[in-house]
Amino acid sequence: MRVIVLMKEVPDTYGERAIDLETGLLKRADAEPVLDEITERALEVALRHREAQPGTEVVLLSVGPEGSLPTTLRKGLAMGADRAVHVQDPALLGADLTLTAQVIAAAAKQIGFDLVIAGNVSTDGGGGALPSMLAELLGVAGLAALSSVQIDELTVAGQVNTDVERYEASADLPAVISITEALPDARFPNFKGIMAAKKKPFETLDLQALGLAPGEEEARSIVISAAARPARSAGRRIVDEGDAGQQIAEFLAKNQLIKGH
Amino acid sequence: MSSNSGNPILVLVDTSPEGQLRAGAGELLGAAASVGSAVALALAPAAQAERLSQELAELGATRVLVADSAAAGNAVIAPLVDALAAAYAQVQPEAVLAPNSIRGRDAAARFAARACLALAVDTVGIDRDAEGIIAHHSVYGGAYLVDSAATTGALVITLRQGSSDARATAQPAQLELLAVQSSGAPDAVITSREEAVIESSRPDLRGADIVVSGGRGLGSGENFSLVESLADALGGAIGASRAAVDAGYVPQTMQVGQTGVTVAPQLYIALGISGAIQHRAGMQTSKTIIAINKDPEAPIFDVADFGVVGDLFTVVPQLVEAIEGKRAN
Ligand SMILES: Cc1cc2nc3c(=O)[nH]c(=O)nc-3n(C[C@H](O)[C@H](O)[C@H](O)COP(=O)(O)OP(=O)(O)OC[C@H]3O[C@@H](n4cnc5c(N)ncnc54)[C@H](O)[C@@H]3O)c2cc1C
Repeated sequence: MRVIVLMKEVPDTYGERAIDLETGLLKRADAEPVLDEITERALEVALRHREAQPGTEVVLLSVGPEGSLPTTLRKGLAMGADRAVHVQDPALLGADLTLTAQVIAAAAKQIGFDLVIAGNVSTDGGGGALPSMLAELLGVAGLAALSSVQIDELTVAGQVNTDVERYEASADLPAVISITEALPDARFPNFKGIMAAKKKPFETLDLQALGLAPGEEEARSIVISAAARPARSAGRRIVDEGDAGQQIAEFLAKNQLIKGH
Repeated sequence: MSSNSGNPILVLVDTSPEGQLRAGAGELLGAAASVGSAVALALAPAAQAERLSQELAELGATRVLVADSAAAGNAVIAPLVDALAAAYAQVQPEAVLAPNSIRGRDAAARFAARACLALAVDTVGIDRDAEGIIAHHSVYGGAYLVDSAATTGALVITLRQGSSDARATAQPAQLELLAVQSSGAPDAVITSREEAVIESSRPDLRGADIVVSGGRGLGSGENFSLVESLADALGGAIGASRAAVDAGYVPQTMQVGQTGVTVAPQLYIALGISGAIQHRAGMQTSKTIIAINKDPEAPIFDVADFGVVGDLFTVVPQLVEAIEGKRAN
């Protein structure tokens, strides 16, 4: 079985993340690029499946500009993935969700897959739409936001928890799934893994290699304006001397935050 | 707003399998009506269509399309996408609006991919300019406000739940049963399902005016009753940090932050939460923030309007008592 894991490079959430107010695009220089944590968890799901089913091949797939991404993606190889495919093309600068999904679909088709695993939402886009778009474009079943995953030769199943309901669902392979943070944290790459990663296949493809002519597929949505919101500043701070509860209640009352008061 | 039949906005509303409206329809229809004429779409048992059309008209839908869910069986999403495609063809809307719930987003994303339309997800509002519909996004924990629009064709939009206050005026009910051609797209099936137990006495975390959140400082799931007592004294909803969720104190659906729910209430109270950047990303646009933490260096104090360095186990019970005292007066 071949499992493709979608990996995304994002600005580290621990850093200062900034947007270029001219273009509305991420200022890549300002924050350290890392693998989005949720995509590492997706990889962990694939690696655990391979441990249970040794015939499994785990392929990383990522779309993004050249520069730091190949290095970032190597971490996934060091964690244990078998090989990586990086799609990059200058024509993809400013690509929207629809275009990105089309490119990933073309790459997934070319690689071939039984299962695609993605994170449910990224920390930079926060969209959570891409796995669904991908399933639709690939014409396969999809399961979004799984909080548990069971994979066998023919099916993938798992649980979805929402505010209003909880359900178990199952799909025949091939399929696309996305997973939530309820799934375990990813393993750390060890020294052996880091050394091995250097020799693992790493393929770089452009749009032409995927049979997509640049310019033919265009972004359908654009950023028309971007503005920074003023940062918040600290207010009053007291050290409890036995009456802090009362003081907070005073503050609430003064600000009309106690209903029915 | 107006009941003009021009500029239709197609609004997908969430329903239970039995055909009950889920919370949030009023918000979606309100947002749609502020830029055009709201046309609601629901996938529900045909027997519920009449009642749904009345409820949705009451919330501002100028037309209500109901696709019969009988044929959908236990399918997860394709019937909803097929219904959207059929409604889109019939209504020819300027935009399609869906809730940013797991299901709403799944359906909207698949529909946008199928119809090759632009998609704007997790938006916090919609507007209109000279060229058409624009979507507002709150990016990087609210640090940036970004607007997007479609270059061609209709924009498919998901609206963050609890982000918009606009409500529409009631309209006369106008029901249309929608015939849907199944696409036969491969789909997952639901094998078992249960409704979540909703604490009906408490408001929903999304869209609540007041949110009281607890973190790892609570120390246990049992101690979360302290968070509940304060939330109930204020009539607020309950949230949590990821550390509290990971420790199993509360379910994941309560997580506030980068990878949880984003809230922007009138009042946010953080109890035993350090204020990691990823937590702040989900609450820092709250109007007023209060924090109780025993560590004077905790970063939550950097965004708090009123901070108390102290032990939550003594401060919170006193605070609850003081609130009840004030209310009794
Ligand atoms: C990709 C990514 C996404 C993330 N997403 C989220 C997210 O969505 N939401 C989120 O919350 N976190 C998120 N995190 C995790 C985040 O980095 C922090 O680990 C988390 O917020 C810490 O939770 P906490 O403040 O409850 O715990 P801690 O950081 O351990 O803080 C506990 C606090 O309780 C205080 N305390 C202890 N006892 C008492 C007492 N008796 N009285 C008063 N105070 C007390 C301590 O002083 C301390 O400040 C994410 C991290 C990553 C990498």
